[in-house]
Amino acid sequence: MPRFDYAPAPESRAIAHIKESYGLFINGEFTPSQDGGAFKTISPASEEVLAEVAEASPADVDRAVVAARTAYERTWSVLAPKERGKYLFRIARIIQERSRELAVLESLDNGKPIRESRDVDIPLVAAHFFYHAGWADKLEYAGYGPAPRPLGVAGQVIPWNFPLLMLAWKIAPALACGNTVVLKPAETTPLTALAFAEICQQADLPPGVVNIVTGAGETGRALVTHPGIDKVAFTGSTEVGKEIARDCATQPHKKLTLELGGKAANIVFEDAPVDQAVEGIVNGIFFNQGHVCCAGSRLLVQESVYEQVLASLQRRLATLRLGDPLDKNTDVGAINSAAQLAKIRELSEIGEAEGAQRWSPPCELPVKGFWFPPTVFTGVSQAHRIAREEIFGPVLSVLTFRTPAEAVEKANNTPYGLSAGVWTDKGSRILWMASRLRAGVVWANTFNKFDPTSPFGGYKESGYGREGGRHGLEAYLDV
Amino acid sequence: MSDTATAPARLAVRKTYKLYIGGAFPRSESGRSYVVTDHKGGFLANAAMASRKDARDAVVAARKAFGGWSAATAYNRGQVLYRVAELLEGRRAQFIAEVRSAEGLGARQAEAVVEEVIDRWVWYAGWADKIAQVRGAANPVAGPFFNFSTPEPTGVVAVVAPQDSSLLGFVSVVAPAVVTGNAVVALASERAPLPAVSLSEVLATSDVPGGVINVLTGRTAEVAPWLASHMDVNALDLTGAPAGLADELAVAAAENLKRVLRPADEDWTQPPGLKRVLAYLETKTVWHPSGI
Repeated sequence: MPRFDYAPAPESRAIAHIKESYGLFINGEFTPSQDGGAFKTISPASEEVLAEVAEASPADVDRAVVAARTAYERTWSVLAPKERGKYLFRIARIIQERSRELAVLESLDNGKPIRESRDVDIPLVAAHFFYHAGWADKLEYAGYGPAPRPLGVAGQVIPWNFPLLMLAWKIAPALACGNTVVLKPAETTPLTALAFAEICQQADLPPGVVNIVTGAGETGRALVTHPGIDKVAFTGSTEVGKEIARDCATQPHKKLTLELGGKAANIVFEDAPVDQAVEGIVNGIFFNQGHVCCAGSRLLVQESVYEQVLASLQRRLATLRLGDPLDKNTDVGAINSAAQLAKIRELSEIGEAEGAQRWSPPCELPVKGFWFPPTVFTGVSQAHRIAREEIFGPVLSVLTFRTPAEAVEKANNTPYGLSAGVWTDKGSRILWMASRLRAGVVWANTFNKFDPTSPFGGYKESGYGREGGRHGLEAYLDV
Repeated sequence: MSDTATAPARLAVRKTYKLYIGGAFPRSESGRSYVVTDHKGGFLANAAMASRKDARDAVVAARKAFGGWSAATAYNRGQVLYRVAELLEGRRAQFIAEVRSAEGLGARQAEAVVEEVIDRWVWYAGWADKIAQVRGAANPVAGPFFNFSTPEPTGVVAVVAPQDSSLLGFVSVVAPAVVTGNAVVALASERAPLPAVSLSEVLATSDVPGGVINVLTGRTAEVAPWLASHMDVNALDLTGAPAGLADELAVAAAENLKRVLRPADEDWTQPPGLKRVLAYLETKTVWHPSGI
């Protein structure tokens, strides 16, 4: 089949004003870390250093918690709820106004295609603030009693896969419910969180209501174990999530919500429209380079259509364009870090060693930066590590099933329970499957859909608590 | 003082206060107008005096706008309402002056009213994507069915706006109807219609699609009965209908079982609650079997 080549269509990076160095955002101002610690953040697509960022020590974290406590007691918890809401509306509007800048910044720092940061991440960020702004003065309608109270100071740690979106999922509900926050962005993607700090300044948000402490695991540990916080919210790996749960177990005054890993099954029945299902499979696992906790990393295909679905999938994957994240035609961007790339490579090699067949479309990888081609494993059994462990990369494991009951059995055969996908033309089967899948989100004839009104979160070892919707408010209310 | 009449060095350009129908500003098709005075009886303007035909045109415009507006996402409707608040904030001075002349309020009182008006749009903007979460339900029916209920807008809502509160009252009865996707024909306060007309000029330059909110000015007793008896109107708010007229309008509304909101003593400065939002919602329940 002839293929029309695309001319490069890069988004201008001039719109993203990156400073040489960034301080911590504490009590409304950027301040250096007390011990002068700093680290560099790079573009994973080119390994170019983008900026130097302060590394928060435990003493810095303590300053931030104190600032958040003071702001909570003196300002935020005594402010009229509708005024609280109006601050959030302002923030939502500024995010909309600066959306292209934020999208470019996100793609530079994270490696994700500009098409996704521009059309998915940033619009959802604005929507999330807009939605929660409205809740601020309507909490008595949310189903938690006539006058639900905030918790106090929230310590929040977020991952690198959707840096600004995860920030929005954490900060918007926390503030709407009347809490103040100290948030630590991931060490490989701090820049949009720091841009958000500037947005808080533009919005005249009272100092201390939002504090951003940058750093790596140690900073995160200092934050979530700090005795002065009332709430811990973490999104990241199940391993770290369990560590936090153990720590919070001995500090019962802290409310904890966790959004952790996943190994979602994407289940395709023989009556599913194949082209639509293939688009959903591709979106399910190759969206954001597979750096998605709810990614559809296990494809379960009904045996009768296995050959057809696989052929169609491989044909579609051959058309994916991998490369410069800032190119508007790019479908697959860079892997976020060298460490993540090493993990994806390791698990993929284990997949081969355990006997699964590895396939990737012809795909030229850039020389510089961290890259991994879209990869499909067939002949995968449930015992294979690539079918059990979260790879967090563009790697799909394909399994088959014969009956709906077998599909349910296989889909649920995982310690995780974040999401699942079902593809069939039969509505009753969708609902039958949905009621049996042990997962917090079930997508039917679609995948990876997110909306601020829709609660998101996991069963089992994918964590507890929900983010988004009326249900998500519970995580930040004393109920 | 000079005893000879003098003209000011610069003569103010007065505004023509017209109707607002389908996103346009027509005069009344009847060619009529009536004198609107300030609280001291001083001349303010000749407002359009809407006729039966104007009322019917407004209903047609509202019905035409209903499809698109009710199909817009709740998020979009929320943003559109919020945009009205944004634009009003920039016109505070104008509306404070209009409310002062219309209602005879002091400067501080009028300022408080206009601030409440702006915040009321924000309050309702926030409801757009939440009402279904508060009012909808998944129903645990005793059988293999998925069963859920969601609110849907009633359709075209005719509103007889409060007579006493020309702007805050007007916004307080219109916003809760449109936020959920209804289209409105609002009859402004008969004695003090001008702030509502000026509001329609803000609506026209905001993102509210033409026809979603239509504003009529004129004689309540003349126009309201045509709205109350109109067979393509689905709901009727009688808040601003005089006591003697309200019963008659309610009886006319029964002809096609309009949802009728009866006048009640309202303090527009109080938190509005959900009563008015719920008044213009239908509940739709969907059953779907569950099985292999």
